[in-house]
Parts: sequence; structure tokens; C-alpha cells
Amino acid sequence: MKTDLAKNAAALESSTEAKMLELEQQIVKPLRHLFEVSRRDLFKLLGSGLIVGICVKNGLTQESGRATNSEDAATDLASWLHIGEDGKVTVFTGKAEMGQNIRTSLTQQVAEELRVPMASITLVMGDTDLTPFDMGTFGSRTTPQMGTRLRSVAANARGLLVEMAAKHWNVDPATLLAKDGMVVSSKAGKSISYGELTHGKKLVEISESDPEPESPKQWHIAGSSASKVDGKAFVTGAYQYTSDITRPGMLHGKVFRPPAFNSKVISVDTKKAEQVPNVTVVHDGDFIGVAAPEPELAQKTLALLDVQTQATPQIDDAALFDYLRKNSDNEEHGRFGGRGSSTAGSVETGMASAAKTLFQTYTASYIQHAPLEPRAAVAEWQDGKLTVWTGTQRPFAVKEELASAFHISQDHVRVIVPDTGSAYGGKHTGECAVEAARLAKGAGKPVKLVWTREEEFTWAYFRPAGVIDVKSGITADGKLVAWEFHNYNSGPAAIDTPYSVPNKKIEFHPVKNPPLRQGSYRGLAATANHFARESHMDELAQLTGVDPLQFRLKNITDSRLRAVFEAAAQRFGWGRQKATPELGFGMGGGFEKNGYFATCAEVAIDRARGQVRIVRVAQAFDCGAVVNPNGLRNQIEGAITQGIGGALVEAIHFADGKVLNGRFRDYHVPRFRDLPKIEVELVDRKDIPPAGAGETPIMGIAPATANAIFSATGIRLRGLPLIAKPLELKA
Amino acid sequence: MATITLLINGSERKVEATEDEPLLSVLRNQLGLTGTKFGCGVGQCGACTVMLDGKAVRSCRLPATKVKGKVVTIEGLSGNGSLQPIQQAFLEEEAFQCGYCTSGMIMSAQALLSAVPKPSDDDILEYMNGNICRCGTYQRIMAAVHRVAEKGGKA
Repeated sequence: MKTDLAKNAAALESSTEAKMLELEQQIVKPLRHLFEVSRRDLFKLLGSGLIVGICVKNGLTQESGRATNSEDAATDLASWLHIGEDGKVTVFTGKAEMGQNIRTSLTQQVAEELRVPMASITLVMGDTDLTPFDMGTFGSRTTPQMGTRLRSVAANARGLLVEMAAKHWNVDPATLLAKDGMVVSSKAGKSISYGELTHGKKLVEISESDPEPESPKQWHIAGSSASKVDGKAFVTGAYQYTSDITRPGMLHGKVFRPPAFNSKVISVDTKKAEQVPNVTVVHDGDFIGVAAPEPELAQKTLALLDVQTQATPQIDDAALFDYLRKNSDNEEHGRFGGRGSSTAGSVETGMASAAKTLFQTYTASYIQHAPLEPRAAVAEWQDGKLTVWTGTQRPFAVKEELASAFHISQDHVRVIVPDTGSAYGGKHTGECAVEAARLAKGAGKPVKLVWTREEEFTWAYFRPAGVIDVKSGITADGKLVAWEFHNYNSGPAAIDTPYSVPNKKIEFHPVKNPPLRQGSYRGLAATANHFARESHMDELAQLTGVDPLQFRLKNITDSRLRAVFEAAAQRFGWGRQKATPELGFGMGGGFEKNGYFATCAEVAIDRARGQVRIVRVAQAFDCGAVVNPNGLRNQIEGAITQGIGGALVEAIHFADGKVLNGRFRDYHVPRFRDLPKIEVELVDRKDIPPAGAGETPIMGIAPATANAIFSATGIRLRGLPLIAKPLELKA
Repeated sequence: MATITLLINGSERKVEATEDEPLLSVLRNQLGLTGTKFGCGVGQCGACTVMLDGKAVRSCRLPATKVKGKVVTIEGLSGNGSLQPIQQAFLEEEAFQCGYCTSGMIMSAQALLSAVPKPSDDDILEYMNGNICRCGTYQRIMAAVHRVAEKGGKA
């Protein structure tokens, strides 16, 4: 029987299908918040000046999560900025910086529209007391949505300042110009600074419309390779991450973890631990933890706990793919499968008419994000109010988690997100914040909790594993005529094919009880889906004897996709060199979230050891107008490098509810020695609004590598990671 | 618990440390030198790298009580306020994203450059393979090291 929630969700399917699906993969449940602006508080905080905000309605509130409830279609304050008497600009956004460089790219966009130097702008980010509600920093949404919004707010503010100056001088605003933090009348040869204009005023202007920001073609500051705004703090060690924060009287926490997932606590004896001086032991339900003045003492005290647990039988990774296929959720199938799926024509007819057909299965393992800064939180209770500093992608959701965990009103919770030591989709949740807050409550003092690397590898959620079946048919002249694609568990992101095919059937099959706790990972399932699709395309090219690039181009109608394939091929020198048993070349491409990519890879085969090294990668990328070319290159190079791990070697091994390789020694992430030469070809489309780029550039390296390995060895690898064991090469 | 004297960034610092307390913990929790990061606690990621007598060491594996020598942390590199060439080079190459590995990377690079003023790619791979950057900025870090070498150690 369908729940009301499912019915509601089904009713909303129509126009916003793709976006909703994306959200569904990112969030656990709908959220309901309303950020109330208390103007008096704002001026108290920031001093006199001009406050300009923007409210967004319906369509745009999607991103802030409220479109899932129809009664919530009201306007929400989405972002705002303050221009002080000193001319300093403070911008408020609920987004969080985790290395994507958005503190810089958003600053550039405000500077551009407001006509102020970047140095006069400060961004306040991810603070639930200060910034408007934001659903979270994920899905490559910051650039297309928050960027656009902030440019609108800034453009609005500039208009107001010009009007203020016009009134001040009693002239026509059309004769004035905003420039370098001033309004200038070139006619009268005079100027007035923004600070002088806002001096002594307490003006609030909240607009409900988006004034048209400038076209990227007119950009000067946006569109340039501005340096990271707080770069110096990172190279001097001055920058304070969550794990660096200290509060007066602060203790350090440690949390008991059962030896296996899904364990039940049978008995708890805390007597010995409680005898340790200066230590607080908290036992509340299944939660057992300690807080001590030093982390070492907390760790030692934790070892004194006598906790008996009982585990339940659980599958191991050898049985994983079989399990996923057999446990696809039939009850929910209609809903998810329906929404993640599409059909066109008849696959049966298409297959019957095909000159050649192919049916193959691809897999992707569970992997971990392994952000270098483990989950961390500092929690402090004061007069019943809870403040938590924590590195999360979703500060407002964590605020809700905390309010719910402690049965307190959301007004009594503040979550502050210091710029974070990376996340990659792995820090949506607030478990560490809740744990730190529980310990702080028990100890009556602030508590810092930093997860260990083993905790991070074990108790953080995983990128979903998946099984993907692809069935296809092509005509005698190499055109796709039938395409059937089934994804079990890994997810529906980029599940549809970007190639032109008259008959297709695409379905996502969620799994009822996935063996590991799973969640979002940079790019979601688009990586696995592109791996399967682009490997399969290569297999079809092989089947027809056509060059993989030509085979793809023959089946592409999308001009942006064609352009990136051609650009990558040219940069790489595709076809210039023939594959040998030691050297292979492969490609893969596609699009997701308005970002188009094509990746070419060259691999070297160590035939004696059966190992593979990626030696060279060329990737073309088009995400519309580029806000910061150097920052974008950095993201693309980084995504390719990170993607090498999941492509070649990363996999979580587990058995009996235990992770077997939860250390960097046993779980290999890309290091200096794994680094290929990476060449990036940016396709700057100033005629297209900018899209995000944090995720999509990771998607091409896996299929390009698999296809390159095939070209050298004739071995077709259909599972990620590709080199789970040495290649079995014939001598 | 023992009282020990450490020579850190040119100053003598007296601290209380248990026998197995890692130098990392003393730096971060007692001396407030939080530029040195915790990444794994077992010497497998390089985030905690500091220099001991000019050599890169993992401070998470080194008991503070065993430290005899000059310790330099990221805070000590630019002690007089001006950036060292390697810090400047990291900025110029924008050789970081989230920046969490940066302190360890810079300390490893600085130690490498002081031993091998003009390191080859292989030297860098050899010396710095123990430092992980999850954001994947290795190519830029290598460029930053080369940038310093090419300029003869000047910014």
C-alpha cells in the first residue's frame, strides 16, 4: 500500500521529475523551515547601512526543499547582503565551502554586479542563525542557483545605490554609473562612495523578483581566474577548521562503536570508566561515550567500558552483486522505477530489427569518500541553547537533526559550518554533531568530537554499489536501434542515454535493505551509469569494427556533446597512435547537470605484474559560462584524480557487518605515484548560463580507463574497481 | 606524565605529556598549533607532517617524550610574517582545494627542497607519496615544488 507521502510524491512527478529525482537521492526526508529575518537584529549585528535581500518563489524554492510540500509555496528569503557605512559588503548564504572554491566564485559574482573590489566583500556561509535557509551544498547547485541569486541581489543593490545617489544629488539616475564601490556622475565630475550613501541609514529592501543580472559576455571580475580569497590562511596553517576550534573548558569526546553493523547492545558496564578522574561517561540508550580533558584520556577510558553486543548475520562483499539483483524493491519499483525510467518506441521491435545485439552486465562496488578531515563537531550548551560547529554540507538539516534528537525547539539550535576539509557528498548528515552534543550535555561543558579514520571508513555512509544490465542493438551501418538499461541500487542519476536511439527502456531498481548504509557521493550514480554506458558503447564499436570516436559521433545529435568529444579527441591526439600490448587508449563521455564532458585516457600495462597505470588524460568540459577558469581547472583535475581511485582500485571490503579495509594502508586512494599527466580543455560557452562543475568531471575517467585497458589487452573489465586483482594476461 | 621541553619553531616549550602522547596531540591540544592536522593517526596520510631537524616526520606517530631536536610546524615557516617560497608557490599554483592536506604537503615539500634543491618528478613522487590530497591537486603541488626549484629557492 502506498503511503500518503508516496502519493503526494507521485502527484508531483510531472514537470519537475528530473529535479525531484535528484533531490530524492540527496535527501532523506522533506524539510520545513522558515527563516525569519529580524531586521533589528541584523542592524544590531552589522551596524547601520543598506540591507538588500531576495525572496524566491515556487520553482526556485525547489532547491530550498519546500516544493515537496505544496502548502509551502510561499516566498522564502534566499540570500541577502549588507552594505555598511564603511563600504564593507557582507553577503549571507547558507552554502558551505568544502574546497569547491565557492567562497571565491560567489564573491567574484557579487563584486561583478555590485561594482566593488572583491576585497571589500565578506561571505558569511552556512550559519543557521545568520544565513537564510538553504537545503544544502550538493548537486552542483551553488553556481547555477546561488550564483545567479547573489548576482541578482547585487544587481538590485547597485540599482538602489544609484537611486540613492540620484536623490542625493537630485539628478536623473540614468546619468550615473556605479564603479569601484562608488556612484559616479561623470557629467558633474563627482562621486560618492557606497559607505557615504548608506551612512546612518537602516534601509531594508527585499525584492521578490530576480532583476536580470549581466550577461557573462559583459563580465570582468566574474569569468576571471581570481585567486582563492582566503588562500593565505591555508598556506600558513592559520585557517581554523571545525577540528581546530577550541572553546573554554572544552573536553574531548570518544564514542563506543560496536564491532559490527546492526549490532544490539546487550549489556553495558561503565563502572571502571566512571572511576577515572575528570571523565564523564554518558550512557543513553544505545549511545555510549566518554568526554575527557585530553583525547588520549578519552580513548583510554573508552577501553575501560565493558559493553556486550550481539550481531546479526550479514552478507559479505563476495555476495554483494547477487544480493542487489535479488533484492530489488518490487513494491517501490513502480514509483522509483517509473520516475527514474523512460521508454521510447519498443525495445523488442528494435532488437528484432537489429543487425547485431549485445547484452552485458556491469558492476560498481561500495566505496568511501574518505575526506581528509574526518567528521568533526564542537558542541556547546548555554542556557538550554545548543551551538554546534560542524563540517556538514547541510547545516539546516543538521539543525533539525539536533532539535529532534534533544527534543528542543529549532530556535534553540544553531549550526555553524566552518569551511570544511572536504566532503565529496559524504557529509550530508549530522551524526557527529549529535554525538558531540550528547556528550556536551552530559558533561555540562563544551565537547569536541573528531572521528577516527577507522570510524570515518566504517560509520560514515558509503557510495552505493550497483549492478547494471545493458541490452542493445545496432543497425548494419552502426546506428543504435535499441537500448535497454537497468540499474540495481546504485541510483538513477544520468541513467538515460545521451545518444540518439529510437527504441529504449531505462529503469532504476532500488534495493530494499542495502547491505551497507549508503548515501550520496560526488556525482551520485552518474559515475556508475556512465561507466556502464560508455563501456557498452565501446563494446558496440568493437562489434562493428568502427573507431570508438566515430561510432559515438555517428549516434550523437546533441551538439554540445559532439563538441566535447571532438575537443577531447583533438587535445589528446586520438587516433595518432595505435594501441600496443603495453599501451592502450580509451574514451568516455556524456553529460549531467548541464555539464558536458569527454575524457580520453592512455594506460600503460605492466604485463609482468598484471597492473595498470593511467599515464595521460585529456578531458574536455563544457559547463556554460565559466566563472573562474583556474578554479574550474582545479576542480576538473581534482575530479579526474579522485576518479582514478574508484576506477582502478577503491572498494570497501566487508564481511559479518565489519569493514575489512578501513585504513589508508588497506584502502588505496590516489596518491602522487598514481597521478597521470592531466590536460584540461575548457569549452567556455558565454552564451549559456553557468552550471556547477563539482561533480560531472569525475564521470569520464572510469569508462575511458576500462576502454583503454581493452584496447591494449583485449580484456574487457566490467566491474568497478577495474583492477580488484591483477589482470590475467596471456604471456 | 612527564614534563618535557620541546624546541618548537625556535622557542623552548615546556609541556606535560604522557609517555605515548603523540607530538601531534601536544602541538594541537596543548600548544594551540592547529595548523598541523589529524588525518589518520597512524602515519598513513601525511596531514600531520612537521619537520624534525629538517626532515619530514609524521607527528601522529612520534611520542612527544621521544622528540630530541628542532621541530618546525607550518606556523613556524612564516614566523616573521613573510611567506616562504614554497608557501608562495602553493598560492601561485593554487595547489589546494579544501586545504586540509596543505600544511602537511608544504612541510614535506619544504623538507624535500632543503635536501634536494632541484628535485625531479621522481624525487617528488618518492618523497611525497605518503601525503594524501583527497581533492586531487597533486599536479599543482608538483608544479609548486618545481616553481620554487626553478627560482633557486626564492619566492
